[in-house]
Amino acid sequence: MSLPIKGIVMAEIRNYTLNFGPQHPAAHGVLRLVLEMEGETVKRADPHIGLLHRATEKLAESKVFNQSIGYMDRLDYVSMMCNEHAYVMAIEKLLGIEPPIRAQYIRVMFDEITRILNHLLWLGAHSLDLGAMTVFLYTFREREDLMDCYEAVSGARMHATYYRPGGVYRDLPERMPRYKETKWRSAKDIAKRNETRQGSLLDFIWAFTERFPGCVDEYETLLTDNRIWKQRTVGVGVVSPERAMQLGFSGPMLRGSGIAWDLRKKQPYAVYDQLDFDIPVGLNGDCYDRYLVRVEEMRQSNKIIRQCVEWLQANPGPVMLSDHKITPPSRVEMKTDMESLIHHFKLFTEGYCVPEGEVYSAIEHPKGEFGIYLISDGANKPFRVKIRAAGFPHLAALDEMCRGHMLADLVAILSSQDIVFGEIDR
Amino acid sequence: MFDSIFAIIWIFIKIIAIVLPLLLCVAYLTYAERKVIGYMQGRIGPNRVGILGLGQPFADFLKLLCKEIIIPSASNRYLFIIAPILTIAPALAAWSVIPFSQDIVLANVNAGVLFIFAMSSLGVYGVLIAGWASNSKYAFFGALRAAAQTISYEIAMGFALVGVLLAAGSVNLQEIVLAQQGGLWHWYWLPLLPLFVIFWIAGMAETNRAPFDVAEGESEIVAGFHVEYAGMSFAVFFLAEYTSMILISILTVLFFLGGWLSPFEGIPGLQTAFAFVPGFVWLVIKTCFFLLLYLWIRATFPRYRYDQIMRLGWKILIPVALLWVIVVSAAIICKIGPWFS
Repeated sequence: MSLPIKGIVMAEIRNYTLNFGPQHPAAHGVLRLVLEMEGETVKRADPHIGLLHRATEKLAESKVFNQSIGYMDRLDYVSMMCNEHAYVMAIEKLLGIEPPIRAQYIRVMFDEITRILNHLLWLGAHSLDLGAMTVFLYTFREREDLMDCYEAVSGARMHATYYRPGGVYRDLPERMPRYKETKWRSAKDIAKRNETRQGSLLDFIWAFTERFPGCVDEYETLLTDNRIWKQRTVGVGVVSPERAMQLGFSGPMLRGSGIAWDLRKKQPYAVYDQLDFDIPVGLNGDCYDRYLVRVEEMRQSNKIIRQCVEWLQANPGPVMLSDHKITPPSRVEMKTDMESLIHHFKLFTEGYCVPEGEVYSAIEHPKGEFGIYLISDGANKPFRVKIRAAGFPHLAALDEMCRGHMLADLVAILSSQDIVFGEIDR
Repeated sequence: MFDSIFAIIWIFIKIIAIVLPLLLCVAYLTYAERKVIGYMQGRIGPNRVGILGLGQPFADFLKLLCKEIIIPSASNRYLFIIAPILTIAPALAAWSVIPFSQDIVLANVNAGVLFIFAMSSLGVYGVLIAGWASNSKYAFFGALRAAAQTISYEIAMGFALVGVLLAAGSVNLQEIVLAQQGGLWHWYWLPLLPLFVIFWIAGMAETNRAPFDVAEGESEIVAGFHVEYAGMSFAVFFLAEYTSMILISILTVLFFLGGWLSPFEGIPGLQTAFAFVPGFVWLVIKTCFFLLLYLWIRATFPRYRYDQIMRLGWKILIPVALLWVIVVSAAIICKIGPWFS
């Protein structure tokens, strides 16, 4: 290097390396990003994953089929029942059984409740990452009610383990749990909170769907036409439709880029082919379009839930197959009937054996295509379970999406991908 | 001899009489912030310490006081300690020229506006030094952002003030307020409306508050310049930020909303009915309105991106302020009433 003035050495300019996470407030869990920065501009983003690895796939190999349902909840821990659905469907495909129609409606209803749960959390976190913290608390207000639905059917607010091969664990409760008066809440207050909880779970969900579009309007008034919000999201992290397909995107990430791909429409499972709903599609493939797509998906999910509630109210019936080789008998039967006792004992010790074969079952998860690839060697445990996490290809494209953007945009892009490390690290 | 000692003691008493209530205000501003934003967000805010949670600020203070002040080993420890002091000192010093009412002012200096302007500009050095001395990448980013932002918005703010100075024909804060006498429509918010808005926006940016809080940008650079600070050294930054918030609010009131003047001046009936209210009360009410506005805006808006803040400052606020300074000058030359006659 020739120097302009003798004796003065030009400072060697290096890019600034910034370690973003894993304890970063916008890292959405445990993402570690090694960023190469040029001032505020991101030159390279290198995602490091694996900090939440729990060996779910390996664990599943050493457990009977039903015991892994609970692990599925813990993959993408904001869309629990959808994960279960993919896994349970894979087992059902191998067993060659089909759950009762009512169970399928319940599954679809809870899939959509889960989709709203997921999108609400996403919307809250996304807006919080962009500095609008009020939306976060508004969305959690609605999430609370949906969590109560989870709790009412399964007893757990998050990790439900509600879907089972052959149906769902139990029918929808006739009575919604109510709040009790406390030192902190007056009787009047409690009466207001219990207003929608007087009837069954379905009545409660119905009341929620009545109210929910108004809530979405409320979030939208804070964000959709907000100048700052648009400045922060329009034209940020653009992915062209061709590129989105090449990168293996799915779900709202793909639809945000303008491709109307939705497994609920393209490869309908459960009862989606009997329901009326639309697939929102973006135009530009930027963060703003992905935001709009997800907001519209919440409205569509609401529509689907309403249809399910109407159907479920009109059509009672079994929610579990009565083939006790796969599904447990009722407690009463088990106490009185020898055959049932044997079934019960066999199911809860050995489980059931699944015929030899392999299967891929994918569902339209709130984040994209969530698939379970299952190989069975005919034993009572899976030979291999491979989980296709929806967020994994999205995160892999992060570098491409945020190259040349600013640090603040990186945060916007990352949160617009709706990343959850439970499923990426598995 | 005794006279001068007495005078010094008297000044000390006056300083304490300003600073102590001010710190109390800061304490309760943090409480108000949590309560107000809490209610806006459908929660209830702090309610466990004392009645209605009123003891919360003191509990927080006590907590921060008991915490260890961690000095990172890679930091420059002297600058690291000096930085918070450098931030709080100008934020408090600026209060010396604030007139709380017609005659209640610590130092009625003629160049009051300039003094305040100087003091509010000095605050950024604390932030810069804090970011530099921490020797942390996030803190460094915060310092860079804070420096760029403050310098840009200082200019817009300066031009907004030029308009006020032109209109009032004085740089003495008391005279600026007195020049606005004559009722609601005589206050400068109306003839200087663009400058009023610019001053307020620039003020928000100066204090690094949402939506201009890129210097600490929680979700981007974690806490920005004070990411390495803990315990009281952090609390001092916090204190300075809130003191500046109150300062900017009170300045907006003094410059554009008639300071301690009654809003009912010139309205028959109401003027006499409210004549008993001391001017100080009006000042407090108006200031509280702007503080509420701070909180309201924080609860509503997303955060700007760093380059967007620069663009807003340089391409919108400064040209508009410049233009309006010309308009005001013309209005003064043409003696357009009732403000400039």
